[in-house]
Amino acid sequence: MEKNKPGRKAGEVMCEVLIEQAQKNKDILVLTSDSRGSASLKPYAEKFPEQIIEVGIAEQNLVGISAGLASSGRRPFAVSPAAFLTMRSIEQVKVDVSYSNTNVKLVGISGGNSYSDLGMSHHSLQDLAITRAIPNLEIFMPCDQFQTRKMFEYLAQSDKPAYIRIGKQVLKDCYDENIEFVPGKANVLKEGKDTAIIGSGETLNIAMEAAEWLEKDGISAKVIDMHTIKPLDDELIDEISQEYQQIFSIEEHSIFGGLGSAVSERVAQGGKAKLKIFGFPDEPAISGKQMEVFDYYGLTGEKIANEIKKILNS
Amino acid sequence: MQIQYLEFKALEMRKKVWKMIYDSGTGHTGSDLSCTDILIALYYDVLKINPAEPKWVDRDRYIQSKGHAVEILWSVLADKGFFSENKLKTYGKFHTDLIGHPNNKVAGIEMNTGSLGHGLSIAVGVALNAKITNKDYLTYTLMGDGEQAEGSIWEAAMAANHYRLDNLIGIIDNNGLQITGSNEEVMDSSSLKQKYQAFGWNVQEIDGNNMSEIVNALKNVKKNGHPNLVIAHTLKGKGVKVAEDRAEWHHKVPTKEQYEAAMADFDKKLGGDFENGEK
Repeated sequence: MEKNKPGRKAGEVMCEVLIEQAQKNKDILVLTSDSRGSASLKPYAEKFPEQIIEVGIAEQNLVGISAGLASSGRRPFAVSPAAFLTMRSIEQVKVDVSYSNTNVKLVGISGGNSYSDLGMSHHSLQDLAITRAIPNLEIFMPCDQFQTRKMFEYLAQSDKPAYIRIGKQVLKDCYDENIEFVPGKANVLKEGKDTAIIGSGETLNIAMEAAEWLEKDGISAKVIDMHTIKPLDDELIDEISQEYQQIFSIEEHSIFGGLGSAVSERVAQGGKAKLKIFGFPDEPAISGKQMEVFDYYGLTGEKIANEIKKILNS
Repeated sequence: MQIQYLEFKALEMRKKVWKMIYDSGTGHTGSDLSCTDILIALYYDVLKINPAEPKWVDRDRYIQSKGHAVEILWSVLADKGFFSENKLKTYGKFHTDLIGHPNNKVAGIEMNTGSLGHGLSIAVGVALNAKITNKDYLTYTLMGDGEQAEGSIWEAAMAANHYRLDNLIGIIDNNGLQITGSNEEVMDSSSLKQKYQAFGWNVQEIDGNNMSEIVNALKNVKKNGHPNLVIAHTLKGKGVKVAEDRAEWHHKVPTKEQYEAAMADFDKKLGGDFENGEK
């Protein structure tokens, strides 16, 4: 792993993979709701005008049309800002995708707090809570360019409905091109003997930074990349919740219903570890640049490391 | 197909639905009886389908957006041979596939519906697929008039014309009533013709309980680059006097007396006007 190497945006990688896949498979379609620019999909649209469908600013229709296309054998990727895709059209996700079992890939772009200064209307800090409660829907969050690539290669082949959340940040590389991506099987990014920190997507770098800060104080933390929120890697959760007294999760999501909640539901079934969830509090998030907002809510490597030290020493 | 035969089938299916709802103690009686003639015209004359091969790639697609009128749909699918009459008897029973809304685990059902305002978007996707893959099949969707209050309908109406889906046929079962009362009282859905025309659709208005008019309308949709709508003016509860044009029959089960009276009436009509299926 080459740490701190400037990486790439997930959206650009998604676009590249979809171009490759659309070339090979005419069934691949991309649907956008006036969102191709924000989704970094303009190169795709230019290359495959016949394989992109614009539905305008109409998220319910986006998902309904995608479901109709999928029921006819196509492989649609419905790409729209996560805040709208997982709220405005959630009933179409529940009924037309999950319940009818249509092979629609729902890609929530600008996820989490990406639109940090645009207000709560544009934040998707509840998307995991809501999608996680819907059956027959895999949920993924890639953490770097290599994982994004492998994930979208998987999605192009998979016959299962899925929700994928990506953000706008340039993602630092966590892996290299040899990364294996197995849905539902989390990766251990760093071994550690004192505690474990679970991250997912864009927060994985924060987890790694926290682990580095802890290392300076002689605390050895395992870092887990929970790229699949559903199905959760229960086996690994069971393992760490027996191995450690205290574990931690970090997410760009409300502390209610997201990654931490998913982990706690499993831990409560028989783990001995306590879990501290780092995330956004139950309030409309303040405005600012994304990193300023993260800092305000204590979601930086250093601040999290300090909290972890306090908890482990208490 | 002879109109008389279709009318006989409609009567036979109304009787079947009436019994089914009485026996099971549940069903959207008024809605079923309202759109019975439309379903008979579709399934016995208009739709290009093969019950022995429900997923035949060139089949016409039917998506029932007003999913609650499912008892008539189950009855028609069983009668057409998509599944057995024995299976039909499981309607409303524990763990059945034949639930109170269309269920695509059952042969003949394309998509699950139930929440209103979804069918037209799905139909746009299915019709768009035909355009993309150069298929000739047609896509039909049956909506309610109360359902027109759903905003998603108008998102789909806009997209259907944007993509020039003249292979899409929307039908509105316009009986003027919904569960709370008349459309006028609940939410004004008047001028549907002008509304859809303004969205670029071809619109026909017909008597939706008149078999000739239904068949003619469905067989004479335009292929002019615009989607097609048939506004079918119907009577809620059509065919059972006590239930006709009464909002409370939207989801009401007949009493024993009402059941028996209507059954006697059905038998009289079937035995008299339609002996052996002939008028």
